[in-house]
Amino acid sequence: MSRLALRFASLGYLAVLLLAPVGFVFYRAFEHGFWPAWHAVTAPDALHALKLTLVVALIAVVANTIFGILCALAIVRYRPPGFGIVNALVDLPLALSPVVVGLSLLLLYGRGGWLAGHNILFATPGIVLATIFVSLPFVVREVVPVLREVGIDQEQAASTLGASGMQTFLRVTWPAIRWAVAYGVVLTTARALGEFGAVRVVSGNIAGRTETLTLYVQNQYEEFNAAGAYAASVVLALIAVATLLLMSRLRPKEETR
Amino acid sequence: MAASPQAAVALPRARLSGGAGLAVGVSTAYLSVVVLLPLAALVWATHAHGSWQAVTSKQSIAALKLTLLASFAVAVVQAIAGTAVAWTLVRDSFPGQGAVNAVIDFPFALPTIVTSVTLLALYGPRSPVGIDAAFTRWAIVLALLFVTLPFVVRTVQPVLIELDQEMEEAAASLGASSLTTFRRVVLPNLLPAVLSGVALAFARAVGEFGSVVLVSGNLPFKTEVASVYIFGRIESGDAAGAAAVSVVLLAISFAVLLGIGAFRRRVTRHDV
Amino acid sequence: MIEARRISKRFGDFVALDDVTVDVPTGSLTALLGPSGSGKSTLLRVIAGLERPDSGSVLLDGDDVTLRPPQKRGVGFVFQHYAAFKHMTVWDNIAFGLTIRRTPRATVRDRVTELLELVQLSGLAKRYPAQLSGGQRQRMGLARALAVDPKVLLLDEPFGALDARVRKELRLWLRRLHDETHTTTVIVTHDQEEAMEVADRVVVLNGGHVEQVAAPRDLYDKPANEFVMSFVGPVNRMGDAFIRPHDVEVLLEPNGSTQEAMVERLVHLGFEVRVELVRDDGEQLSAQVTREQAEALELERGQIVYVRPTRQTVFSS
Repeated sequence: MSRLALRFASLGYLAVLLLAPVGFVFYRAFEHGFWPAWHAVTAPDALHALKLTLVVALIAVVANTIFGILCALAIVRYRPPGFGIVNALVDLPLALSPVVVGLSLLLLYGRGGWLAGHNILFATPGIVLATIFVSLPFVVREVVPVLREVGIDQEQAASTLGASGMQTFLRVTWPAIRWAVAYGVVLTTARALGEFGAVRVVSGNIAGRTETLTLYVQNQYEEFNAAGAYAASVVLALIAVATLLLMSRLRPKEETR
Repeated sequence: MAASPQAAVALPRARLSGGAGLAVGVSTAYLSVVVLLPLAALVWATHAHGSWQAVTSKQSIAALKLTLLASFAVAVVQAIAGTAVAWTLVRDSFPGQGAVNAVIDFPFALPTIVTSVTLLALYGPRSPVGIDAAFTRWAIVLALLFVTLPFVVRTVQPVLIELDQEMEEAAASLGASSLTTFRRVVLPNLLPAVLSGVALAFARAVGEFGSVVLVSGNLPFKTEVASVYIFGRIESGDAAGAAAVSVVLLAISFAVLLGIGAFRRRVTRHDV
Repeated sequence: MIEARRISKRFGDFVALDDVTVDVPTGSLTALLGPSGSGKSTLLRVIAGLERPDSGSVLLDGDDVTLRPPQKRGVGFVFQHYAAFKHMTVWDNIAFGLTIRRTPRATVRDRVTELLELVQLSGLAKRYPAQLSGGQRQRMGLARALAVDPKVLLLDEPFGALDARVRKELRLWLRRLHDETHTTTVIVTHDQEEAMEVADRVVVLNGGHVEQVAAPRDLYDKPANEFVMSFVGPVNRMGDAFIRPHDVEVLLEPNGSTQEAMVERLVHLGFEVRVELVRDDGEQLSAQVTREQAEALELERGQIVYVRPTRQTVFSS
């Protein structure tokens, strides 16, 4: 009896908070049929925004993946003195307001900043830096526990058998962490594609130039072009759904290792 | 064996091998450029402009107060609702459970600005269900609940899966009612996970921007949260004023992370 | 020949090895025996290059390898928890050392086939480690270490994670393997029976020091000190003297040098019977007699008997 009550309370909470609003946005987007929505997302500004978003996400994901693997190895395997600080800093982007991230970049690269005048702000480099900042922790956080779990025995065995550091990494360490890396990449991608606040501050928000897809949604909404905002939202929501599918496919693999 | 009289020669401390040096060097440099340098610029700018007193302006105090209040309320709701959802996912079983489990991460995957648009579509001015929460504090709480949903669920879930059901059976065999068992046996074991999930949710709520910016209406003293206040200052060209409040948010983030870290170290002590 | 010279190693405040010197002759099977924390595993890992000593040096066949990484020492190392490459088949695990040396394929095939036979895993080449029993995994670990023809074979509590029966089997098997290959071998163990059974030389370590180096038989008969005496077998203490339970004679009548004791408990261990006694001064004593002797004496609980040592050891302090 109480189990059923708890089930309905939990599912009701999820329905009211999550499913109903998301479902309704899909309804609103296609309220007047498929083609108006299609035209909204294939408008030149929308396409440019999509392209910029994908390019920025790609750069951020590649950079953060390489960093993530190296940083996880440094944290778990090498632990030089004082590295505890690095461990703590890695988590910071998870807890920090994106607007604060944006402002920090603004103050560093903007007028009067330490690194002023390199055409970073209000251009793609600034957007990339903001996106890298906010999506930095995910690969590290996924790989660190797996490295700990796997332990150092297999790597030591490889070294006693004559494997060099690189051979050990490629043949022993990498196969053990690859699913964790893949999972981290999915999370990084989702975060990078969806970043709004930090990018909003550093991009200048110029339509057709520095407007990412999330900025496009906001601009359309504020210009009372709800149809455009809903259509672009649906595109981003579909990407989110794809992310979820990937996440639930990768997770069991990670656990059977 | 007998030691010979002269002292053994001490060997030099092991240096990091090539690969290790690369990993340590690259990750330290990357983190410094990407994270540390901008944050240092933020703190330095606040100091250089002597704009610490900007924190104490009536408007920024109101924004910070509202932010902390709303985040606290959201953390409390999430502690209960998140634990209940995690319980339903682990201990209950019903058709479609796998799908519900996958959906929990949706708020994480959905861009925050889309969350704003989404919530306004159903609970905004043209609401088909007749609820118009737009530009009220309720809308802020709703948006924060949406984005912080995964935190408690995802920290409690694995602990609940690992939790030894024999402990509960032992309690039951000793005559404890199911409520007593939950209160005396299950809850103490879940509490660390619940609290670290709640802390993460709180930190996220304090800094949240995208999901709030469209729904809150940003009325100073009424529905303006700290991140939106900072954004407003930036837009009106007062970066220095924005920096002061930003440093406060940065300090809160740090404090929460350090708190979670210290708490985890304390809790793991009585793990066998 | 392995020479470990004046090795010291500490971990924080803990001194694992304190100025330890040990030689392992070529072709021998030497056991490093000691309780946990005695430094035996650390010494083995120092020899392998997995641990770097704070001071001292390691020589392999006369070469100073102290600063050489494990890759370049030519040692085979077998881990307590197998350290199997989980994502590789048995075949690929054993072939690992050969393939990274770019050994020709045909040579790899022949060598792995030969090793699979040697460790009796021929039918299981395509299995993954998760599909093997503990004993099979450890045999795979041994084959993997032997594949590259190591100068020395180092085993770190190799049978510690296995159940008693498998452990006994593998011990005998290892001894036979060594008799065939004569690879210089060092095995770390905390089990004195294992050390006695498998090794031809035993190095007893305690608290980071070497207590004694001897053949198994000498270790038992001529222990260098109290620690070794009590570590390698059960022991009674009477005043300053140490007596093994089988060196305690149990009589029904007093006889000049005997002491009075009461039978507290009889433990039947197949052929032998352990008699737990309490002496008149309250001290515990245990004697080991054959079943025939026990029957002849008609021992039973509460009975008063007279005991005397037939052989005892006194250490000068």
